[in-house]
Amino acid sequence: MSRDSNILLSIRDLTMMYGSRIGCQDVCFDLWPGEVLGIVGESGSGKSTLLNCISAQLEPSEGQVSYNTRIEGMKEVYQMSEPERRLLMRTDWAFVHQSPRDGLRMNVSAGANVGERLMAIGNRHYGDIRQSAENWLGKVEIESDRLDDLPSTFSGGMQQRLQIARNLVTGPRLVFMDEPTGGLDVSVQAKLLDLLRSLVRDLGLSVIIVTHDLAVARLLSNRLMVMQRGRIVEQGLTDQVLDDPQHAYTQLLVSSILQT
Amino acid sequence: MNYQQTEIPDYNFAYLDEQTKRMIRRALLKAVAIPGYQVPFAGREMPMPYGWGTGGVQVTAAVIGPEDTLKVIDQGSDDTTNAVSIRKFFARTAGVETTEKTADADIIQTRHRIPEHPLREDQILVYQVPIPEPLRFLEPRETETRKMHALEEYGLMHVKLYEDIARHGHIATTYAYPALINDRYMMDPSPIPKFDNPKMDMMPALQLFGAGREKRIYALPPYTKVKSLDFEDHPFVIQSWEDVCGLCGAKDTFLDEVILDDQGNRMFVCSDSDHCNERQAKGHRGPQNRDDSLTEEVAL
Amino acid sequence: MTDMLKVEKLAKSFTLHTQGGTTIPVFEDINFSMQAGDCIGLTGESGSGKSTFMRMLYANYLCASGSVNVFHDGRWVDITTATPHDILEIRKVTMGYVSQFLRVIPRVSTLDIVAEPLTTLGASEEAAKDKARQLLSRLNIPERLWSLSPLTFSGGEQQRVNIARGFIADYPIMLLDEPTASLDAGNRQTVLDLIEEAKERGSAILGIFHDQAARDAVCTDFFDVTKHRIEYDG
Repeated sequence: MSRDSNILLSIRDLTMMYGSRIGCQDVCFDLWPGEVLGIVGESGSGKSTLLNCISAQLEPSEGQVSYNTRIEGMKEVYQMSEPERRLLMRTDWAFVHQSPRDGLRMNVSAGANVGERLMAIGNRHYGDIRQSAENWLGKVEIESDRLDDLPSTFSGGMQQRLQIARNLVTGPRLVFMDEPTGGLDVSVQAKLLDLLRSLVRDLGLSVIIVTHDLAVARLLSNRLMVMQRGRIVEQGLTDQVLDDPQHAYTQLLVSSILQT
Repeated sequence: MNYQQTEIPDYNFAYLDEQTKRMIRRALLKAVAIPGYQVPFAGREMPMPYGWGTGGVQVTAAVIGPEDTLKVIDQGSDDTTNAVSIRKFFARTAGVETTEKTADADIIQTRHRIPEHPLREDQILVYQVPIPEPLRFLEPRETETRKMHALEEYGLMHVKLYEDIARHGHIATTYAYPALINDRYMMDPSPIPKFDNPKMDMMPALQLFGAGREKRIYALPPYTKVKSLDFEDHPFVIQSWEDVCGLCGAKDTFLDEVILDDQGNRMFVCSDSDHCNERQAKGHRGPQNRDDSLTEEVAL
Repeated sequence: MTDMLKVEKLAKSFTLHTQGGTTIPVFEDINFSMQAGDCIGLTGESGSGKSTFMRMLYANYLCASGSVNVFHDGRWVDITTATPHDILEIRKVTMGYVSQFLRVIPRVSTLDIVAEPLTTLGASEEAAKDKARQLLSRLNIPERLWSLSPLTFSGGEQQRVNIARGFIADYPIMLLDEPTASLDAGNRQTVLDLIEEAKERGSAILGIFHDQAARDAVCTDFFDVTKHRIEYDG
């Protein structure tokens, strides 16, 4: 049933050392199309390091990151030429940062933010770009009359939704998210979670999401990896890991959260 | 110059020492070889403040010879403070001839304009450049802009144009209008009006650009393709005026608006004063220059 | 009859690392099978581990040893060794589970929550919503509530939303954890009707039924997990 040719992303023996300190170590996993993989762990557990290594932003000390490209099939990401890798990162991949300020251009309008990726891949028709930007604002529930406003005039939740629209406009297949609901208050979080889940379903996205919030992980992810001190101590189906945790650290983590 | 056998002058020819000129010429050669690419160079302190054309002056100093005739313009005019002081600088340090006539010049150093008179293959146009990096507006990191140039990632340039149209309904960038050189490098043409961009395209003269503060040199060899950026549905257009030049009646030049008094009277005149004078000498007259009497017109 | 689920020598224990690594054995040597059209009632007193056993079959709990073979997509797959990817596929297509708890994203409407399993299977949005409306009507959830999140509903309403969601996709295997608890007589009968219909379609159903009457009405057989229970006196 698990046909290897369908694997979208394959991580093997990934290790990142900061001198003698471990960022992450011996990480192996596969991601299939349409899957949402959560990575949980406390601050400093190495989950952001891992995400950066996987998303080609931080070259690991050892190991392979292979991605099933649309045209050439499985390719090792760190063996690609830099132009090829950067093209991949701004077309078939997307990265949603915890802080919208890291993922948006705050000094240009919402429309230009969404349109940038289209222009980067050669779209040169202003009317078409603007139309796409408007459609995408609609999909992330931002009124179209905000199209020409600067992101700095948006609320935190709107900025985060704008960042998502900006990332998804090129139709990526794989989205990386680093604590996407991190800085938002609870009611805004719920709206964003709902939006993310419907986008994932409607667009058939594959997602790797780093979060310290187990409730977010439960609602969004199909699979979960638990990290401690740079290592994956447990992984499996999200509900299994959270309902029947096997590792001491996971049990501690699960028993530490407030019941909702 | 063989200065060991002659009387030691107050300055080396054209102020800079010969080794510095050689260093700049090497940078120029590389710049000519890779049109539009910004070559770093070890810019020297010049006896004038940054922003007054130190980059252009160093380039001119590196390429000028004793037999050359120099013209310096600022906003198209030969007689502004900046133009006058640079012209005097070379007259004094290099003893070269200077001229206000475009056609008579071998080297033309310019700030903000390209002369209206078409340039020839035996002429060099030297631009003074404040900010050489066209991508700087949206990307402050030099490491990142260099990578973008290397990988031809120029989508960001269109973000700026998009923003213009979104805010003003048209591309409102009117000067320092970005252009793609030889289908490869994105270039800031210095703050010339976009009116002048088409003149750069396939120009017979050599065009050299010097940025003193940022210590960058770039160049357009003769007959280089210069394509101003645009959108398919918002094509590049140059400025146009409903008025003609009040003095020479020209319809096809870049016009400056001149306020005549505090009653709201104004006139438009060619920004290129040499071109305008030349036309007037040939008998062309504009609406505010009938009967050879500008003052009377103004008095009305 | 077609076999749908085969459990062999299944065992389960819990290790509590937060309590000094104590291991609590729960089950050993469970052998069990279900066929299409079966409705088997899990029996045993409260606290005997019926829900635990059901969760093991759904791969929500890991098993210590043994196998749970599920007839999925024309072949047998052992859920205790299957990859998460395969288990998700089995849950999407073959095996449904109605738990006692409703876990949903806030803000999502009841109608969407009920329709979701069907759209995930590839049905059109409209077809899925049509069927969701039918089920919600049958289960007496007032139409004015359909556009609201069920998180604000009463316990009984939430339970009925859960049932509607569980029954919308016609799974070949269904696991029902107290589907009739906290329901009034009318709604309980509707749930029993839904179970009968599923049986007629050929679904294999395993249920935990709190009340004797419901159990006797729909079950074709019974299975007592208590017999496999390991007594722990630590």
